[in-house]
Amino acid sequence: MIGLSHYLIVSAIIFSIGLVGVLRRRNLLMLFFATEVMLNAVNIAFAAISHYYNDLTGQMFAFFIIAIAASEVAVGLGILIVLFKKHGSLDLDDLANMRG
Amino acid sequence: MFENFIASIMTIEGAAFYVFSILTIGLFSITVMSKNVLYAMTSLAAAMVLISGFFFILGADFLGVVQLVVYVGAIMALYSFAMMFFDATKDIKEKTTSNSLVFLLGGLSALVLVLMFAAPIYSENIQALYPMHEGVGNAQDVGMVLFTKYLIPFEVAAVMLLVAMIAGIILAGKKMDESLTEDMSADDEILIIKDEK
Repeated sequence: MIGLSHYLIVSAIIFSIGLVGVLRRRNLLMLFFATEVMLNAVNIAFAAISHYYNDLTGQMFAFFIIAIAASEVAVGLGILIVLFKKHGSLDLDDLANMRG
Repeated sequence: MFENFIASIMTIEGAAFYVFSILTIGLFSITVMSKNVLYAMTSLAAAMVLISGFFFILGADFLGVVQLVVYVGAIMALYSFAMMFFDATKDIKEKTTSNSLVFLLGGLSALVLVLMFAAPIYSENIQALYPMHEGVGNAQDVGMVLFTKYLIPFEVAAVMLLVAMIAGIILAGKKMDESLTEDMSADDEILIIKDEK
């Protein structure tokens, strides 16, 4: 049988993939993709815990995470478009203009 | 151990779990590793469809449908529309730091986070606050809890989505990259339009 730990292990693997993406990427759009990966990993863990503990709270939190992800993408993509109009690039190394 | 694995893969749930998890992990790795934005976005969308499969296996039907509608339908469509503003066809050149160090650090910090959040679950003192009811559909059950116990967070989330929508329109709209208050060219435009009339 598939237990709770199976789902948690898959969720942990996906989360670490997203974290590696956040640490490794230099392009802002790719950083957004990596964030979505991490949010999805957390949603899997919430749904699995909700199922195995017979409790609806996990699913509720997953709903709110989806709502937050949607608004984050709307605002973030607007900022990315403004940045691209201004600098012509989404690379973090090009955008760094405060050299200490 | 190995016999357990064979036995679990024989059930429909087990087979579906393994297929979904292998495909999801592979597609997410493509998302994170790919140099092309279009490949990354397509594999992300496919992996999100497969994640809704996990939700259907777990009996969270309504969550699976919301995942399909919101993530695959809305968020990925938003990304693909935003892609029209960027040059998506050429490969991204990135100056990457040492890869093995990043993998080690990413893996370790993810492990620490998972242990932190999994420890209270395994200590067995979690009680079901809002238990699922037998013989009631998942959507009905979710609705009962969402509109009674979680009504205020639900309304706050609605206001947050409205704010995000206004912010998106203002940020991405035409001529909005210039300051509205400081420069006077916007006033000139209005005057020109008035003169034309």
